[in-house]
Amino acid sequence: MTEKSGSVLVLGAGIAGMQASLDLANSDYNVYLVDNSPTIGGMMSRLDKTFPTNDCAM
Amino acid sequence: MISPKLVEVGRHTNINLITNSEIENIEGEPGDFDVTLVNRPRYIDPVKCTGCGECARHCPVTAVNYYNMNLDDRRATYIEYAQAVPLAFAIDTDTCIGCGLCENMCIAKAIDYDDKERTSKLKAGSVILSAGSRGFDPSSLDYLGYGKFPNVVTSEEFERILSASGPYFGHLMRPLDREEPKKIAWLQCVGSRDKNRSGNGYCSSVCCMYAVKEAMISKEHAHGDLDCAIFNMDIRTFGKDYEKYYLRAKDKDGVRFVKARIHTITEVPETGDLSVWYVDETGATQEETFNMVVLSIGLQIQPKTVELAQRLRIELNEYNFTSAAPFAPVKTSRPGIYTCGVLQGPKDIPSSITEASAAACLAGADLAEARGADIQKITVPDEIDISGQEPRIGVFVCNCGINIGGIVDVPAVREYAATLPNVTFTDDNLFTCSQDTQDKIKEVIIEHKLNRVVVASCSPKTHEQMFMETLEACGINKYLFEMANIRNQNSWIHSKTPEIATQKAKDLVRMSVARAAVLNTLKEKIVPINKQALIIGGGIAGMNAALGLGKQGFDVVLVEKDTQLGGFARQLHHTIEGEDIGAYIEKLIADVEADNKIRVLKNTRIVGFEGFKGNFATEVIVDGSDDKEKIKHGVIIVATGASEYKPEEYSYGEDKRIVTQVELGHRLEEQGASDLDSVVMIQCVGSRNDENENCSRICCQNAVKNALDIKRLNPDAQVYILYRDIRTYGLLEDYYTKARELGVIFIRFDQAAPPEVQASDDGVLVRIKDHILQQDVDIRADLLTLSAGMVAEDTDELSGIMKLNRNPEGFFIEAHVKLRPVDMPSDGIFLCGSAHAPKLISETIAQAQAAASRATTFLARDEIKLSAITAKVDTDYCVKCLTCVRSCPFEVPVFNTHEKVIEINEAICHGCGVCTAVCPRETIQLSFYEDDQITSKIDALLAGGM
Repeated sequence: MTEKSGSVLVLGAGIAGMQASLDLANSDYNVYLVDNSPTIGGMMSRLDKTFPTNDCAM
Repeated sequence: MISPKLVEVGRHTNINLITNSEIENIEGEPGDFDVTLVNRPRYIDPVKCTGCGECARHCPVTAVNYYNMNLDDRRATYIEYAQAVPLAFAIDTDTCIGCGLCENMCIAKAIDYDDKERTSKLKAGSVILSAGSRGFDPSSLDYLGYGKFPNVVTSEEFERILSASGPYFGHLMRPLDREEPKKIAWLQCVGSRDKNRSGNGYCSSVCCMYAVKEAMISKEHAHGDLDCAIFNMDIRTFGKDYEKYYLRAKDKDGVRFVKARIHTITEVPETGDLSVWYVDETGATQEETFNMVVLSIGLQIQPKTVELAQRLRIELNEYNFTSAAPFAPVKTSRPGIYTCGVLQGPKDIPSSITEASAAACLAGADLAEARGADIQKITVPDEIDISGQEPRIGVFVCNCGINIGGIVDVPAVREYAATLPNVTFTDDNLFTCSQDTQDKIKEVIIEHKLNRVVVASCSPKTHEQMFMETLEACGINKYLFEMANIRNQNSWIHSKTPEIATQKAKDLVRMSVARAAVLNTLKEKIVPINKQALIIGGGIAGMNAALGLGKQGFDVVLVEKDTQLGGFARQLHHTIEGEDIGAYIEKLIADVEADNKIRVLKNTRIVGFEGFKGNFATEVIVDGSDDKEKIKHGVIIVATGASEYKPEEYSYGEDKRIVTQVELGHRLEEQGASDLDSVVMIQCVGSRNDENENCSRICCQNAVKNALDIKRLNPDAQVYILYRDIRTYGLLEDYYTKARELGVIFIRFDQAAPPEVQASDDGVLVRIKDHILQQDVDIRADLLTLSAGMVAEDTDELSGIMKLNRNPEGFFIEAHVKLRPVDMPSDGIFLCGSAHAPKLISETIAQAQAAASRATTFLARDEIKLSAITAKVDTDYCVKCLTCVRSCPFEVPVFNTHEKVIEINEAICHGCGVCTAVCPRETIQLSFYEDDQITSKIDALLAGGM
């Protein structure tokens, strides 16, 4: 039995990857959040407003 | 909304951001994976780069701005958007000419033209794939004219057009001539629900809602009447309260919804307008002209994600989503690798966030014994006692590259600061936020025995916490810190008047110095966390949440009001995919009862409740006992469920041939369908009406499931589904397609003209107006099945005792519909399953696992540090007028009837300041924002002689 790692790798730093990373990081796991682009945020950061509250996506 | 999350991710000490990178390979075992990454060059060191933007300002190369969907330009040296994390630029080498200007201009020496692609390795116990999707590219669909007619845009492009940071700065304009359109058409299902032309048989689940949103926002932006028409096959507003949003657009904002199949789009050459040719419900061809057309493009997995899945040996379904089993929604085909978001299947933001937490639950549970092993513990030195000391203020003025220094005379501001009372040290920095400046500030604090610090730079929103940590690292109380925002609120907006900007910077610094002098040391109260969870409801949601927490090593008390576990799902037989629900529940119950971390209390009622996050106490009565048991716990998960509506419509209950979908499920299971020649189903019974405006989400797939079962058991049986919109969202669309292929007949009706039902000896007679034939048709049915909606369990008593808010339909309200779909408004309380809103079993399981993950973020800590920014009452002067009790949005102030005083529990106070502002006697003070601290700033401002 190998020793378990206390780290999780999350691929894709859109809203889903960010939420998964925050939950794990706040539960005392180390997280590697990997994204293809120079910036995190993914699709949601490209939206203007979001339904159904019409809040600004950014 | 996403911006605070970006900052939180960027600042979190347990999160390592690795941008410009992808996974090359994953080897090893679950719990101990070896991951190889490919790190592509960025050419700008994100650690050194301060985001000042000088490089981009001097870059001579114009490149297409991909972030704005190619609708405008940027430089070859660029940052995607102003709030980007990491706040660091990158060089697009496809367009860079290598002139070296940016390298010369960069004061931080962050440019590195020699940056190379490399590979790196790291160890991880679990992996989560959340690679997401892109919009479908409609270029291949000739009939729509995309790419040929400039005023045909995709919904992704239109989002950028509407955005204030977009190519047209938020002005509603069409691309051809930058004229404001007066008529816009949205065409739904482009690249969705269209296997023939796009290859995508699935529904993308989000396009109806975003089209409604775009239409509403466009109307807000327009300078006159704007005609918005949404051409659709079905409107699929199936999420929680989404139907109300659709009705608002339709009835209040006047957005038109047209049932249509699009034939073709042609351009009117003289005007650039677009003629939309379509077939209406009667089969007639129609034409209408618009100034602009928005294609509601579906969600599409990118080819490079497909290649990644292949490399990682992860199975994808025919549409390239991870093929998840209904009872294991976030697992992939490879153990230890989980998935969430659109890669798992088409979905909206709240569902993506829910699933992300679910994936975190499983990924973490696998590594529970190693929790905390790979993180750095930050040790803070003991605090220096400064009581009795005169204020010794250090002022640090930031140039922010040239963001501030290019406008404001920073040395003059620094020299001015040195003349202010109590200031013992001043400095100016190129970038006050950089790591080397933090080290310098620490040295200066110690050397000059500073006991208060003022930083004049940017926004406290992004940087206050970081500077406060710098103070803590020197043993200075973090609340002895003050920021003057001389960038966002000064140099950026007064860039044309540098002298005035310099004067304003001096004023802001003088105000901040005055406040710093009267700041007090504040103690953050530390509260221990009880590591036990209470879960209310023992259905699929409650049991999955319990197992999730048990695997993380936390004790759970699972309370069920019934005498057995299982909840409403006990009434169901199999999922639409064919999975056995009964067997699943039996296994779940066995797992729960075998788990020594979980204590199950059946036949139990909650009768009392008190406490706050981390320290709740709930009283229960088990098996009707005379004695109450008090359970202490740190978190609560509400999973009280829902059940099928008992119809009052269509003579239900008067004739045994009129049944609900659940009853039909039982019948098919027990008696089969060989005696059924004709079955009619009516949708939206008890949903989408005046009594219950919401869609119940699951009924369309339920009808299709039972229709397919009837066809399987008796292929000759006729099945008619009378519907208003068929809402088989996501991958469920395939089952709708299959039902049509098998001859199930779908007939649409309007809410205003519902079917008429009459029982006769010969069967149940159903009359409905057919839109294609434009006449009434009569159908004889052996069985009439009503697709009854979902109603929340009766939680009147529970919600009263625990003070949990519900919506008018009786479903519990989450903290935020978009970003916090699993949290309840009070800290430490979480929500899952159909207690939140109607949902499928797979969605319930994901939300239950998500609730366990959210609860783990609480229970993983031994104690919580409460913010010291809370309200305090001076009870000597308080006249108990109860204004604060009535005004607090969180119901924190209470009148203690024994002591006859107002009490504000600092553990639950949010520090919003509402009570402080409304108190007519001014007896409430908010720490860190006390009256003298506010007035000191105003006095200092006025002292400058405004």
